[in-house]
Amino acid sequence: MSSVTRVVVVGAGIIGASCAYYAARSGLDVTVIDRGGVAGGTTGAGEGNLLVSDKGPGPELELALRSLDLWVELGAELGTASFELEHKGGLVVASSDAAMTALQEFAATQHDAGVACENVSPRELAELEPWIAEDVAGGVLYPADAQVQPGLAAARLLEAAVALGADLRLGEECVALRTAGGSVQAVITRSGVIETGFVVNAGGPWAGALADLWDLPLPIHPRRGFVLVTEPLPPVIRHKVYSADYVANVTSGSEELETSTVVEGTPSGTVLIGASRERVGFSDEWDPGVVQRLAERAVALFPPLARVGLMRTYHGFRPYCPDHLPVVGLDSRMQGVLHASGHEGAGIVLAPATGELVTQLITDEQPAGYAGALSPDRLTLVAS
Amino acid sequence: MSTFEFDGNEVPFREGQTVAGALIAAGRRTWRTTPRGGRSRGVFCGIGVCFDCLIEADGVSNQRACLLVATESLVVRTQAGVGRP
Repeated sequence: MSSVTRVVVVGAGIIGASCAYYAARSGLDVTVIDRGGVAGGTTGAGEGNLLVSDKGPGPELELALRSLDLWVELGAELGTASFELEHKGGLVVASSDAAMTALQEFAATQHDAGVACENVSPRELAELEPWIAEDVAGGVLYPADAQVQPGLAAARLLEAAVALGADLRLGEECVALRTAGGSVQAVITRSGVIETGFVVNAGGPWAGALADLWDLPLPIHPRRGFVLVTEPLPPVIRHKVYSADYVANVTSGSEELETSTVVEGTPSGTVLIGASRERVGFSDEWDPGVVQRLAERAVALFPPLARVGLMRTYHGFRPYCPDHLPVVGLDSRMQGVLHASGHEGAGIVLAPATGELVTQLITDEQPAGYAGALSPDRLTLVAS
Repeated sequence: MSTFEFDGNEVPFREGQTVAGALIAAGRRTWRTTPRGGRSRGVFCGIGVCFDCLIEADGVSNQRACLLVATESLVVRTQAGVGRP
């Protein structure tokens, strides 16, 4: 028996990459496998939001606040430019006085939970965002909100993990677990057997299927979203700007199509426009109705966008969990199995703290305070 | 042969030819520089999908040279970095 604990991470998206990085940094013997490539699923189809602004008080906000601190550290360690980390701030805007009141009440609860935020008048809004519509009732500015290029971030974390000794095997699909006496013994892939005492399910929206394969069911489902990409522009949209109804959509459990307006620029000049949510399985069918709705709403918020051309759209699948909390922790049904999924649309921001928590649980350190609420054993998950 | 103007020079084109086609025929490979690195860009996909061949035409930036059909009165210019909104 080797004295170094081995961990196999299944999934090379942002969650798997973070788990690999923090595990390797703590001295574990890490192997990352993915049936595809780096950031080939949900991570590569996201916008790279690092948001605390859309989270109410509770364990997910605590995870996000810890994670934002870790993102700042990662920027210092790995180089902010290498994954386009931008501390641009988030601006949530309300279209009516009633919506503004509700937004301010929500922001007050966040402020009490440690989130920096400040009310912004319509006049100040126009200074912060010159292109914004004149009829916006007001907004709340969240200076801590930030942005990364998620594919680059996953690649950079994996590169750093490999430099610390991790083994990255792409095109390697997990087909089964070998277990004995209620403990993991090995991960079986198409090409061989990897002996290990720990395995981390970082399969994103496919984590449910992976858990089924391991005979450890987990209620993770795909929730599709489209992103529109404009032609490259000079920096005209300065913050991560979104409508207050985005928060209601995120926390909704509806299977129906829901859209809110999320707009941000990128360092390459393109403007990204979201966000739609619908439960349509892993459907790749392009939906012009969704795209039109997102475009119309973005133009309503930023009227000059009407003159701007769209280059393309893309879509991806968020790992959705019915109780709207990530699933991070040890699976009590099988010794050595950990899950790290269910982050919905917040996987990029939550990744570092998720990797840190997974590593704490494997190395038997005192886990962070939110560990219990995120555990796969929680009652709300068992009941769903 | 008809011509259009590119960065102050006359570029000949045949009826129906795209700006990209005419520029390549005239020996020109690139007509845009990237926003951050300032690297040269010209045709990549050639079919309107990749948006790499962007050019400024009649004062409007971000036009795809591979789809833009050349005309006698057209004035095109090298696009430096991101376009103008």
